[in-house]
Amino acid sequence: MRKYVAAACAISALMLSASVLAQQAPAAGAAAPKKEETGKDIAFNRSKGNCLACHAMPTVPDAESPGLYGPPLIAMSARYPNKAALRAKIWDPMVTNPATSMIPYGKHGVLTEAEIDKVTDFVYGL
Amino acid sequence: MKQQIIMKLLTGVAGLGIALGAVNVHASPEKDRQDFIKYYTEKYPHVKLDDYVYGALAFDPDAKAQYDAIMEFPPFDSVVEQGRKMFETPLKSGKKLSDCLPNGGKMIAGNYPMFDEARGKVVTLNDVINDCRVANGEAAWKVDDVKTMGVLNAYLRTLSDGMLTNVKVEGPKALAAYEDGKKSFFTRKGQLNFACANCHVQNAGVKLRSELISPAVGHTVHWPVFRGGDNLVQLQQRYVGCYRSVRAVSPPAGSTMMNNLEYFHSYLSNGLPMKASVFRK
Ligand code: HEC
Ligand code: HEC
Repeated sequence: MRKYVAAACAISALMLSASVLAQQAPAAGAAAPKKEETGKDIAFNRSKGNCLACHAMPTVPDAESPGLYGPPLIAMSARYPNKAALRAKIWDPMVTNPATSMIPYGKHGVLTEAEIDKVTDFVYGL
Repeated sequence: MKQQIIMKLLTGVAGLGIALGAVNVHASPEKDRQDFIKYYTEKYPHVKLDDYVYGALAFDPDAKAQYDAIMEFPPFDSVVEQGRKMFETPLKSGKKLSDCLPNGGKMIAGNYPMFDEARGKVVTLNDVINDCRVANGEAAWKVDDVKTMGVLNAYLRTLSDGMLTNVKVEGPKALAAYEDGKKSFFTRKGQLNFACANCHVQNAGVKLRSELISPAVGHTVHWPVFRGGDNLVQLQQRYVGCYRSVRAVSPPAGSTMMNNLEYFHSYLSNGLPMKASVFRK
């Protein structure tokens, strides 16, 4: 039974819950100094980008147990020579695909503009 | 609802009106149900429709085998027994729930939700239980209260095991309630911008991180579930959970919106057998 309970916990982490969102908003000015998050950190963080919930990253060794909603993120600079188009896709994927099941990270304020810049750089390098 | 129309329905509220209009011309609930089944079975020809009652387990033989093993000695049996005692305890009037529910409460769950013409609204089995309680001198329970309504249902719904879902949509008012539920199912909500259909239609059988996603057909037949073996969850509580997971403000369990969603959602499982209660991880 323990195994199943552990699995259940993993799910609630995955489910991007409302409480996770609440924790996310940093108190203005009160932020303790901490190591700056990289684009990869943001992409991997389950309460931020959580890109692995839907995308494999075949060239990233620690990109473990990815979901399959979206296509693998690979050879991105070849597929998106124009980096601005890549950023725009992450900012609001519905523009190019109205039926998409990807999150509008910029349009809905899931990530900040600065976070999206970092994630774009990271993904562009894949 | 061909693949194309399902996609159209997902393109947002603006598209939704148009797409629903297009569907309404020819569609009926029965046509919708057939189209859903066609959509899933064409995508997954190897999965039998009858197995959709197992949800995501239908797509994962190993997880299904674990489920079968657990269901041989369900860890939640004592809760079901507690529900039986509740069911048999006389209400204030001296009558029991079995004196008040249609057919003594046996083989009825598959008829709900039902459209009540006189009241002009959808009535769930939980509403009927509360009506009985009130008519017999007791206070209504909160429909999403686990310790009362949940525990009672863990037993009551076993009395309908094997009954085929038989939800009816007859007349213009019933159809309007059904359409309202369908609209909720296809409307994106929350900061993460998902409709139920994004996950349970578009991505049924697909993994979200390590979680395999279940199809909407077969969803409504097996409630309550015991998650992790002991955490009782009723159907509309699961809706609330899914809304929260996309960072949406969920409508409350028992609201007209939720009842209409359950009405539409349950119609999709017509013909599939009920079973209470089941294990979920
Ligand atoms: C809940 C699912 C989901 C999450 C989470 C998600 N995506 Fe996506 N993504 C998709 C789907 C589905 C598609 C394909 C449909 C489309 O084009 O919109 C896609 C497409 C893309 C594309 C275009 C790929 C191509 O080949 O054209 C990029 C780039 C992308 N995602 C980046 C990201 C990044 C970066 C993140 C995290 C910050 C992310 N995605 C998170 C579901 C998701
Ligand atoms: C972002 C993805 C997502 C969205 C959107 C979503 N769900 Fe879910 N849902 C899940 C996951 C993950 C599970 C657990 C795995 C499974 O059984 O599918 C689940 C489980 C369920 C279950 C239980 C299935 C079972 O057999 O135990 C029901 C019922 C359900 N969802 C209904 C809905 C409804 C109705 C909506 C819209 C209000 C909705 N979901 C929206 C991801 C989602």
